[in-house]
Amino acid sequence: MKSVFRQGMLTQERIVLVFALVLFALYAVFLKGFLAPNNLVAILRSIAVLGILSVGMGIVVIGRGIDLSMVAVMAMATAWQLTMMNSGTPALTATAITFGFVVLVGVANGVLIAYADVPAVFATLASGNFVFGLIRSRFIVQDAVPVPQDATLLMDFGQARLVGMPIEVIMFAAAALFAFLGLRYSKYGRYVYYQGDNYQAARSMGLPVRPVVILQYVLSALVAWLAGLVTAAGLQSINTRVVNSTLLYDVILVVVIGGIGLSGGKGGMRNVVVGALLIGIMLNGMTILDLPNIYQNLIKASILLVALIIDSRLNPRDEQVGQQGDI
Amino acid sequence: MKLAKWILGAAAILGLSATTLQAQETGDPGPAYVQQSLAGKKVVLIPLALGFDLAQGWNHYIGREVRGFGGVWETRDPNWDTAAGAQAITDLISSADKPAVLIVHTPDLTSYSKLFKRAQDAGIFVIQIDNRSNFASDAFVGSNWETLGELEAKAAVEGCGEGSSKKIGLIQGDQVNSSSLDQYAGIAKVLKDHPDFEIVGAPDSNWDVTTARTVATTLLQQHPEVCAVIDFWDNTAAGTAAAIRDAGLQGKVKLVTTGGGEELDCKALEDGTFHAVVMTDVVGQSRDVSALIKFFLQSGLTAGQAKSWIYTLETATTKADLKPGTCWSLKDVQAAEAASK
Repeated sequence: MKSVFRQGMLTQERIVLVFALVLFALYAVFLKGFLAPNNLVAILRSIAVLGILSVGMGIVVIGRGIDLSMVAVMAMATAWQLTMMNSGTPALTATAITFGFVVLVGVANGVLIAYADVPAVFATLASGNFVFGLIRSRFIVQDAVPVPQDATLLMDFGQARLVGMPIEVIMFAAAALFAFLGLRYSKYGRYVYYQGDNYQAARSMGLPVRPVVILQYVLSALVAWLAGLVTAAGLQSINTRVVNSTLLYDVILVVVIGGIGLSGGKGGMRNVVVGALLIGIMLNGMTILDLPNIYQNLIKASILLVALIIDSRLNPRDEQVGQQGDI
Repeated sequence: MKLAKWILGAAAILGLSATTLQAQETGDPGPAYVQQSLAGKKVVLIPLALGFDLAQGWNHYIGREVRGFGGVWETRDPNWDTAAGAQAITDLISSADKPAVLIVHTPDLTSYSKLFKRAQDAGIFVIQIDNRSNFASDAFVGSNWETLGELEAKAAVEGCGEGSSKKIGLIQGDQVNSSSLDQYAGIAKVLKDHPDFEIVGAPDSNWDVTTARTVATTLLQQHPEVCAVIDFWDNTAAGTAAAIRDAGLQGKVKLVTTGGGEELDCKALEDGTFHAVVMTDVVGQSRDVSALIKFFLQSGLTAGQAKSWIYTLETATTKADLKPGTCWSLKDVQAAEAASK
């Protein structure tokens, strides 16, 4: 437990928060229009989907795992659901089928990792590719699937605003809050920390570590699907090309940069929010500065490298709890 | 003279009776030559991915022609992966059942250049479609992207009008794909003639619709007075359109883009989402490619002997130009493909 809420001033989360604030202040002074309320809302909106995915990824990483199938599940489950709705399946039936499928993917990931001892990186990489290949080849005929015109609920959802905030932002906030409460106050949440911090010790204590792992991946799959629905509502379509984009790495970037150590058992939803904010502010400023995409990627990658170095300094590998298949 | 007429008449009658007796002998060498040159020849299409409108259009319209003349039509789907596309080309070059013609949609200026040379050395005609590369193969069929950019810029300038802010935003694709680089060059060329117009921002979408939305939102936030936005692809323009909608600038910001002229383009023009679309005419391009395949295989040319650029004639289409049949329908194409299986 010592490291769950690290003592001292220089935690990574604080460094990142300070960095984000400094960046924010610099942009606010030097970039015209950065501080406009609409731009601030735009920043939040631009990180909402990334943030939602990071909530799911955060839960898994705290449990010393990683879920590389999230973006595939996000795009493909949503694309399949919309395709079913477009071809006349009632919305409720399509949603129920998709729900079943998403849970199945999560359970499969969890079983592979918890029972078959396949390292999480490989299990979820493979299952993500499988999900993409299966749905892309069998169930949908093109990359971009529009939201059907009669799906007014989803359409209106995309345009809705609550207290002046776009619905995407509200969904991110809700997901983060829900995960925060669950991780902090539920028995399951504590189990995630325990088994993430030291799997063998948690197991020896008699915690049901395998079911805990399985539920982790079911949660991340469901969160990924939510991110897909939010995307579809906003864009009025979903494009499965996102699977080939850098989104997955951005999600890992948010989680790591926020200070959830990849060695597990540390950090929380606050880290996700801080990490997402930093990325959002950074990307927004770079776009205002009109930096080409390649430079944006270079800067993002450099920051990820720095974060990884800081992460390994602050959370050194521990011989005692290091395990095979550790990421 | 009379005798000559009589002989001619008799010959004509004899000739007529001969044709009625042997109906097949028209004296036209065409069908037999075509049959001999084209039947059983394999033609393979390798688009960037099969899952989007252009590729599905080519697959349908060119595939129909190839199957029609008795050829073998195949596709490979690299699914946006340059390495997978290169692998597919390599496999085809070294396969026992080599294709006669390769139709390739290149991802960038250089990646496939060496492979094209190897394919031609192996006797395979290489037709590049839509995106040019640095290698001049047997033919390129597609847009002159610079001209296309000029058309977009003109449509944006007209859309803005004299009394406007004369500020234009661009949502580019990326900095490696010829279609993006050349479009930019064309736009810059036109704006040189309109020095009062200014490009206030030109972020890349990286061909991703979500990124397009994010960067367009920022661009409009920074420059709400922008009178037109040119998005380099209609697929990403859906994201730019969402940003315009979010900013409440629908109708005030004219969105100009380019695409394959699928029904969605026409719908977006009809409902005012797009101000103008420079359509790359998938149906016409497919016909050009089909004609080239038929020509190459009958011409006696060997691969690599000649080169040509078949540019599609393009115009900027606005709501006023819309007629039934302006766009083709992906749904119909998919239905036809499904029915043929």
